[in-house]
Amino acid sequence: MSSTVIPFGPQHPVLPEPLHIKLIMEDEKIVDAVPAIGYVHRGLEKLTETKEFTQNVFVVERVCGICSVMHAMAYCQGIEELMNIEISDRAKFLRVIWAELHRIHSHLLWLGLLADAFGFESLFMQVWRDREKVMDIMEETAGARVVISANTIGGTRRDLNKEQMDKILVVVDEIKHDLEQVEAVFLNNYTVKHRLVGRGVLSKADAIELCAVGPMARASGIPMDLRTTGYAAYGQLDFEPVTHNDGDNYARTYVRLHEVYQSIDLIKQAIAKIPEGEHVVPVKGNPPKGEVISRVEQPRGEVLYYLRSNGTKNLERLRLRTPTFQNIPSLLKMLPGSELADVPMLILTIDPCISCTER
Amino acid sequence: MLKMVENIFKNLVSKPATRMYPFEKREPFKDSRGQIEGCEIDKCIFCGICQRKCPANAIVVNKAEKSWEINQFKCVICNACVEACPKKCIVASASHKTAASTKETLKIVQPEKKADKEAEAKDENKVTA
Repeated sequence: MSSTVIPFGPQHPVLPEPLHIKLIMEDEKIVDAVPAIGYVHRGLEKLTETKEFTQNVFVVERVCGICSVMHAMAYCQGIEELMNIEISDRAKFLRVIWAELHRIHSHLLWLGLLADAFGFESLFMQVWRDREKVMDIMEETAGARVVISANTIGGTRRDLNKEQMDKILVVVDEIKHDLEQVEAVFLNNYTVKHRLVGRGVLSKADAIELCAVGPMARASGIPMDLRTTGYAAYGQLDFEPVTHNDGDNYARTYVRLHEVYQSIDLIKQAIAKIPEGEHVVPVKGNPPKGEVISRVEQPRGEVLYYLRSNGTKNLERLRLRTPTFQNIPSLLKMLPGSELADVPMLILTIDPCISCTER
Repeated sequence: MLKMVENIFKNLVSKPATRMYPFEKREPFKDSRGQIEGCEIDKCIFCGICQRKCPANAIVVNKAEKSWEINQFKCVICNACVEACPKKCIVASASHKTAASTKETLKIVQPEKKADKEAEAKDENKVTA
C-alpha cells in the first residue's frame, strides 16, 4: 500500500498559532504523524537573562496572550519564594480572582474555536460575544483586555474596591446564564456529538504513561488539578477537579465547559471571603543565590517555572515548561488511526498554545 | 419549532451585539492603560528611573540636554514608568494608541529648556539677596 504525506501546515484556519504536522496516510486513515515546532520561537528565555528581575514580569506575561496571568503569577510566586517575601492574604485572593477570570476567557475562546472548527460559526460568535463581557471587566478592573499586567512581585498592582467586585459578580452571573443556553448545543446536539464522541480516544493508561496534563488528563479520568495543592488562596476555597471517564473529544469539551462553571463558583467564593489589607508589599534588594521551582495551573494544564539566581539583579536562568509542550506526545498517540477530516478537531482539543510551547 | 419562533422573535427585537465602529466609538474605561501621552517636562528632574524600569527600552532620558523621549512603537503600555516616577509626572491616558500619520516620525522628542524657570530663579535671588 502506498502512503501519501499531507502536511497539516503551519498556516491553517483552525489553528490559532502555527504548528506543522506531517501526516503520513494510507487512503483516509492516518498511519503516523511527525511534528515540527519552532515557527514562533522568540528567544524569550534568553531575553529574561538580560533584563532585571523586576522587568521580567512583563516579559514573561507576553509569552502567551491566552494564559498570561498565570505566567506572571508563577514567576512572581517563584521570586517571592526565593526572596522569602510573604504576601498579604488580600493579594492572594486578588490573584485568584484575576486568574479565574482569565481561565474563563481562555475556555470560552477554546469553545468558540471548537465550534468554528466544525463549521458552526454562529455558535462561535455567540460564545465569543460572552467572552467580550469578560474582556471588558478585565479592562475595567486591571487596565487591559488581554495582557492584564495585574501581578507584580510582592502582590498585585491594583486593588479592587467594593463597586468593582459587585460588577464582577453581575458579569459572571450573566455569563453563567448565557452559557447554560449554549451548553445544550455543545453537549446534546446530534450533529455535534457525531463529530466529538468516540474520536481521538486517549485511555487512562496512555495518559499516565505520556504524562498528559490539564484537561487532557482530567478527561481521561485522572483527577489531577494543581490548584488542589493550595497555592495562593486556593487552599481556602472549596472545589473538586472536574473529570470525565471517556477520554475522547466529547470528554474534553465537557471538562472545559464545566470548568467555566467551576471558575465562576470560585470567583464568587473568593469575593465572599476576601479579607482586608494591603495589596502589595514593598520589595527591596536582589534575590539571593539559589534556585526555585514554581508550578501553577494554567487553563491548559500545569506550567513549571525554574528560576536560578546568582545574587545579582539579573536572573541566571529562567526555564519554563508549558503544558502544551507536555501534551504533544499525547496528540501524537491519538492521531494514528483517525481519519483526515477529524485531524483539525483532534489538534484543537489539546488546546494548542504554540506561542507558549516555543517561547 | 416553537423554540425557533421564540429565537427569531428575540433576534428581531433585540439590538445588535456589535457597534458601527468609526461612527460610534466606545468611551474608554476610567483606569485602562491606553497610551503614554508624554511627561510634564516642567516637573521632570531627569533622574532616569523610568528609563531603567522600562521593560521595552522605550524611554531615553538625557540629563545634559534636558530631554525626555519615548518611542511609541516600542512602548508596551505597561505603566511601569508611571509607577516608578518619583515626581509622578508621566502622563498616561485611557484612550488607546493613536496611529502615526507619517512613518518617519518614530520618536516623540520633547526637549524643553528650563531656561525661563532658571531666569526667574536668578531674578528672585537678586531680589532677596
